[in-house]
Amino acid sequence: MSVPRYWREIKYRYRLLGCMCKECGSVFFPRRHICLKCGSRDLEEVKLSERGRVVSYTVVRNPPKEYEKYAPYIVALIELGDGARILSQVVDCEPEEVHLGMEVEATFRRVREDGPSGIIEYGYKFRPVIS
Amino acid sequence: MKTAKTVGIVGYGAYIPRNRLKVSEISHVWGGGGAPIQEKAVADIDEDAVTIAVEAARYAVKRAGIDPREIGAIYVGTESKPYAVKPCGTIVAEAIGATPCVTAADYEFACKAGTEAFQTCMGLVSSGMVKYAMAIGADTAQGRPADALEYTAACGGAAFIFGLKNHRTLAYIEGSYSYTTDTPDFWRRSREPYPRHGSRFTGTPAYFHHIVGAVKGLMGELGYGPEDFDYAVFHQPNTKFPIKVAKMLGFPMDAIKPGLIVPFVGNTYAGSTLLGLASVLDVANPGDRILVASYGSGAGSDAFSLVVQDAISNDRRLDPAVSIFINRKRYIDYSLYARLRGKILT
Repeated sequence: MSVPRYWREIKYRYRLLGCMCKECGSVFFPRRHICLKCGSRDLEEVKLSERGRVVSYTVVRNPPKEYEKYAPYIVALIELGDGARILSQVVDCEPEEVHLGMEVEATFRRVREDGPSGIIEYGYKFRPVIS
Repeated sequence: MKTAKTVGIVGYGAYIPRNRLKVSEISHVWGGGGAPIQEKAVADIDEDAVTIAVEAARYAVKRAGIDPREIGAIYVGTESKPYAVKPCGTIVAEAIGATPCVTAADYEFACKAGTEAFQTCMGLVSSGMVKYAMAIGADTAQGRPADALEYTAACGGAAFIFGLKNHRTLAYIEGSYSYTTDTPDFWRRSREPYPRHGSRFTGTPAYFHHIVGAVKGLMGELGYGPEDFDYAVFHQPNTKFPIKVAKMLGFPMDAIKPGLIVPFVGNTYAGSTLLGLASVLDVANPGDRILVASYGSGAGSDAFSLVVQDAISNDRRLDPAVSIFINRKRYIDYSLYARLRGKILT
């Protein structure tokens, strides 16, 4: 990812900002310009819930380039408390421990780095709820 | 050193990674004798001083119940900066939603960079320059394989938010005292991956001399003796040093035990004293007086006297206690530890 693109997305990745349709109340992440449910263009930026449940998952054992050192890692589809669905790594959890319905919460981690001299991309991942 | 207006702690948060390496694993590989601690916390492959600082900062904001945009200053004390040049403080400020009207910078003074940040925050708040200020101590400490430091160098941190003393502050600060000299007991040269140290030279002329100097100076200024304090937190490079310095200064074991987490976490460097203070605040009662004395190689000690306020009881459930992080753990072996800490070249 280019530095400008990472920079543009920082607040969404750091603070879990999505958008909500003012017409039908649907919540999306990442943000959209048109509501996927009702087609409205009237959406506003909202802070998403930081807790949710795993609705689907897989374990990545043959990762793409730049993710090799994290493998094996869990990628899950998570339904947040406000209804938004988000795709995220699940950390602090062994591949054999993850399960459907598992309660998870947002955490702040390194997501990728551009080699030893490039920028470090930080952002959200999820983990089992601590307390 | 006293502030013009009394400053208090509005909120605090802690974070300790869940990986633990038993010291017996290190002894098994390198054959070292003795056990300065039981086990130490190790950051995961995607954690560093910044992610630890952000976790602790988020818990602190949650506990404080304030709008993060009201935080006017953020200082991160660490000697494990992921970037040699680019502040950790800006990343923390962005992650907690304090940007853009905030000043942010990183502090480095070996293990006492976090309490350096305390004093800066106290001054900024007391002078009225900012409403709230955040001080963080967070490290993923380095130890050369087989070196004595490897047995204790650990990962973790804590964050504290300061504001003017009022009925919502959890504890207020009566005063602080710093004792600083040029004492080369521990250092890491530029571009070197691991620090070096003066072995036994790190004891008497370094750790003990500076902490005793700061604590005696503080008690002299405030007119207190050890009997006036309910708790004492000292920098914890190992289990032995804080117990010994407590005895030298006349503090009983009961006063230091609640904040003595090093046997289970290790030396989290800039996070060490701050995590100890967080542990004490987790159990302290209104009216309790707490002595805090950090130590940073190079060398210096910052001592503080805090008095716990009524609000401490209201906020306990908002934040995971330090003990929850201590008990949340998975054991790893030396080989995985070596990989996670970048000790294996690929």
